[in-house]
Amino acid sequence: MPLLRVSALHKYYGDNHVLKGVDLSIEEGEVVAIIGRSGSGKSTLLRTLNGLESISDGVIEVDGEYLDAARADLRSLRQKVGMVFQQFNLFPHLSVGENVMLAPQVVKKTSKGEARQLAEQMLARVGLGEKFNAYPDQLSGGQQQRVAIARALAMSPKVLLCDEITSALDPELVTEVLGVVRQLAKEGMTLIMVTHEMRFAREVGDKLVFMHQGKVHEVGNPREVFAAPQTAELANFIGAVAQAS
Amino acid sequence: MAYQFDFAPVLAQADLLLKGALFTLQLTVVGTVLGLAIGVLGAVVRAWRLQPFSAVFGAYVELIRNTPFLVQLFFIFFGLPALGVRLSEWEAAVLAMVINLGAYSTEIIRAGIMAIPKGQLEAAAALAMSRFEAFRHVILRPALAKVWPALSSQIVIVMLGSAVCSQIATEELSFAANFIQSRNFRAFETYLLTTVLYLLMAIGVRQLLAWLGQRWLMGRR
Repeated sequence: MPLLRVSALHKYYGDNHVLKGVDLSIEEGEVVAIIGRSGSGKSTLLRTLNGLESISDGVIEVDGEYLDAARADLRSLRQKVGMVFQQFNLFPHLSVGENVMLAPQVVKKTSKGEARQLAEQMLARVGLGEKFNAYPDQLSGGQQQRVAIARALAMSPKVLLCDEITSALDPELVTEVLGVVRQLAKEGMTLIMVTHEMRFAREVGDKLVFMHQGKVHEVGNPREVFAAPQTAELANFIGAVAQAS
Repeated sequence: MAYQFDFAPVLAQADLLLKGALFTLQLTVVGTVLGLAIGVLGAVVRAWRLQPFSAVFGAYVELIRNTPFLVQLFFIFFGLPALGVRLSEWEAAVLAMVINLGAYSTEIIRAGIMAIPKGQLEAAAALAMSRFEAFRHVILRPALAKVWPALSSQIVIVMLGSAVCSQIATEELSFAANFIQSRNFRAFETYLLTTVLYLLMAIGVRQLLAWLGQRWLMGRR
């Protein structure tokens, strides 16, 4: 049974039909890269998976949590689905350690001592154990993004959503963040990432999802799909990206 | 004949002035704490458009910001007894200050909340926090930090404005000054000292608020 299943998912913004019947199934431990042109619905799809965007029709199931247009237990869904954002979104008034400790304390009622221990572990995991008492504005973009990953991990999610997490970073900082993601993938974390890092998707991904005009246009093993795209749209897209880089 | 300055009769009553100053500070502290509490509540309700409370707070803000403080004070002290609500000078003064600061700070704090990037709320939501938890732990402090200078100014304005409460015989600093100069006719000396006291208090309150803001809102310890 898949860890996450999306069936016949539709999303409208007013008259704008953004997602036009998305079906997707993801197994535990899979690393999924979602690619596509801007406006193809890839970010919207990702954001529906933890309820940041409501859905108009269809069903999302994550590890027993059930979400449709009418009902959703977002609190318990979101404890299973972590998310990391393009702009990091660290809390500026809290130290790095407090950023990681906050949600376990507030949502899971973890004691302060335990939360602190957890935060220390998570920060060590992303290589920032020594930054516990620093504030977000004292860190580089790459470090901030790694803190954001540690913060999401502290809730022990089943799936981690990554929404273009390296797009706001200077090129030389991309590697350190991708290194952390690669490590998570190796440890068996289920990852769903919207990304422009095609090489990374090819190297680390188990599944590539190509979104086009609000639908999953092509799915497959990244290495095979990149080598031999089955649709003209994906071939075009890969060509355009290759030219740009 | 030139005016002979004589501070001795005023200084002889220095204890009255200081008592008045202390009273003004007490009014300010209570007024600020309760006024800001109303302001935070009103700001959330307004920023998130929680009806029908948002409309109620909207009307309250407009009513208070578009009428004179003196009239608000007189209405509370002289008007409300007609409805059976009899307040002491102290209670009426505090209530007027709380209501006044509550209205202004609702608008100021609302601006702070609106200035918080949407990503902060999304990050809190993605961590499974409820809206209320997100507000309390993620939004409130940065929102207050953004508008803290404006809020500090408003608090000082309300403190200085409390001089008006002497009109209902609240025994604050201006009341003490009026009382002293009516006895010894040393208006220049009395009001000069009173001015200096207000100035020192205002500077002190500003400094204290700036320090509190740094320490509590900006998260730097």
